[in-house]
Amino acid sequence: MRYSAVQLIRQGLAGHTGWSPAWRTPELARGYDAVVIGGGAHGLAAAYYLRKIHKVKRVAVLERSWIGGGNTGRNTTIVRSNYFFPESAALYDFSLRLYEGLSEELNYNIMLSQRGVLNLAHSEHDMELMCRSVNAMLLNGIDVELLSAAQIRREVQTLNFERDARYPIFGGFMQRRGGVARHDAVAWGYARAASDLGVDIVQGCEVTGFLRDGDRITGVETSLGPISAGVTGMSVAGHSGVLAGLAGFRLPITSYALQAMVSEPIKPILNTVVMSTATGMYVSQSDKGELVFGQGLDLYPSYAQRGNLPVAQTIVASMLEMFPSFRRLKLLRQWAGVVDVCWDYSPIIGPAPVDGLFMNCGWGTGGFKGSPVGGWTLAHLMAKGDHHVLSRPFDLGRFTSGRLVDEAAGAGIAH
Amino acid sequence: MLSIPCPFCGPRGEHEFQWGGEPVTRPVPASEVSDARWANYLYLRTNTKGRDRELWCHAGGCGQWFTMERDTMTHEVFESAQISLGRIGA
Ligand SMILES: Cc1cc2nc3c(=O)[nH]c(=O)nc-3n(C[C@H](O)[C@H](O)[C@H](O)COP(=O)(O)OP(=O)(O)OC[C@H]3O[C@@H](n4cnc5c(N)ncnc54)[C@H](O)[C@@H]3O)c2cc1C
Ligand SMILES: [Zn+2]
Repeated sequence: MRYSAVQLIRQGLAGHTGWSPAWRTPELARGYDAVVIGGGAHGLAAAYYLRKIHKVKRVAVLERSWIGGGNTGRNTTIVRSNYFFPESAALYDFSLRLYEGLSEELNYNIMLSQRGVLNLAHSEHDMELMCRSVNAMLLNGIDVELLSAAQIRREVQTLNFERDARYPIFGGFMQRRGGVARHDAVAWGYARAASDLGVDIVQGCEVTGFLRDGDRITGVETSLGPISAGVTGMSVAGHSGVLAGLAGFRLPITSYALQAMVSEPIKPILNTVVMSTATGMYVSQSDKGELVFGQGLDLYPSYAQRGNLPVAQTIVASMLEMFPSFRRLKLLRQWAGVVDVCWDYSPIIGPAPVDGLFMNCGWGTGGFKGSPVGGWTLAHLMAKGDHHVLSRPFDLGRFTSGRLVDEAAGAGIAH
Repeated sequence: MLSIPCPFCGPRGEHEFQWGGEPVTRPVPASEVSDARWANYLYLRTNTKGRDRELWCHAGGCGQWFTMERDTMTHEVFESAQISLGRIGA
C-alpha cells in the first residue's frame, strides 16, 4: 500500500481500519540466495539493496528479537559526514546523500531534519585543532564552516556563555546538512520497502551457528532450524564478536554499553545538535520536545543493554555545565545499547576470514548515520563477492597492514 | 556501581579502577613475529559474552594491576587475583 495524503484521508474517513501491515510475516524457507543476519537498519538496508539494485532473487533477514530493537532503536539519531580522513568523508557523505533521498525512495517519512550539527571549541588550542579539522573536511568536500563565539551566540542562546564557565565557548564549527532522523522509521521504512520487493523478514530467529561445506560457509543454524544460503552477510553490531566466534575467527572489536537519556518534553528551545569535543557530551531536542543527550562509552565491556550510574552522572553533569537552564528539568528515561567498537573507530566492511561470509560491523557509537551506506556496501559485497570502492579502505585487512582509518584521533567525536 | 575486590586493598567502588582489557602476551622475538601474529596480539579480541578473565588496575588507589573474573552479561564480579610473574594471557 502506497502512503500518500490521499491515502491518509481515505483511511481516516474509514476510521483507520484499512491499513495493512507495513511488512509481511513470511513463511520461512529452507534456503535463500542471500541471508542477512541482524535486522537493524544496516541489515534491512542490505536486504533492500540486494533486491532493488542487485536483483538477487531470494533474500532473507534473520533477526533474533524484533527488527530495530538493537542499536537502531536506541541511538540518538545524529546524522552528519564531517569526518577527517578522505575515506571516511566519502563513506559517510554517501550515506548522508542516501538519507537525503530516503523518504522518497522508501515512500516512508524518515523525518530527516537537517538542522545542523554544531561542535564546540572551549579554548584557543581547541580552536586551532578545530581549524585544522575543518580544513581537512573542506578538502574532503564536506560543507562545514567555522563559527566565532559571537556567531554561535546568535544561533544557540541557551549555551553557557559566562566567562567563568567550566567550559567557556571560544568558537566552533557547523555542518548544516547534518541533523537528526527518526531511527525507527529508518528500520521500518527499509523493512517495508524490502518486504514489498519480496524479502523475507524473519523475526524471533536467532543464528546459533554456521553450516559449512569444507572451509566455506553455506548457511546458518538458527533457533528455527538450519537455513542454507548462497551467500551470508552479518550486521549484528554489539554481537559481532559472538558471531565471529561461531564462525571460528576473532575481530578487532570490543563491545561496550553506550548510554543516552531524555528529559521531559518542553517547548522548542534548541534548534540544532550541539556537541562538545572536550566533554564528549551532545544534545538535541526531539520533535516531541524531549532533550536527547549522551556522551561517551561506559568504562568497561558489557553485553548488558543498560548503562551504569557513574557514567550517567557524568553525562548529566556535563550537560548542565553547558546548559545551566536545563537544570530544573526531570529525567524521563535512560537506556543503553551494546556497541561494537573498533580500535580506530571506523567500521569493518568486507569479506570475513572464512569464505561465503561478509561483514558489516564495528560501527560502534556512530553507525546510525552509516545505515544506508553500510547496507549499500554489504549488498554490493554479497552480490559481487568483491569490495565496493567505498568499502575497500574499511577491509579487515587494515589491522594487519597497519593502514588504520583513525577517526578516534581524527574526528574526535564518535556519534 | 560495581564493587571491585582489589587483591591488595579489598572492595572499592568501580570509579577507582581502570579496565585493562583481555590478558595478552606479547609474541617474541620481534624479528620472527609475522604481521598476522602481531595483529592477533595487538588488535584481535575474543570479546566474550559471559564470564571472562580481565586485567584491571586500581588506578585511583594502590596503582597495582591484577586479574579479575567478571560476567560481561550480568556484570557479576567474581574473584580477583594478583598477577604472578611470567605469562598472564594467551
Ligand atoms: C545510546 C546510543 C547512541 C547512539 N547515537 C548515535 C548517533 O547519534 N548517531 C549515529 O550515527 N550512531 C549512533 N549510535 C550508534 C548506532 O546506533 C549503531 O552504530 C547502529 O544503529 C548500528 O546499526 P546495526 O543495524 O548495525 O545494529 P543493530 O540495530 O544493533 O542491529 C543488529 C541486530 O542484530 C541482531 N542480532 C544479534 N545477534 C543475532 C543473532 N545471533 N541472530 C540474529 N540476529 C542477531 C540484534 O538483535 C539486532 O537487532 C548510538 C548508539 C547508542 C547505543
Ligand atoms: Zn588496590
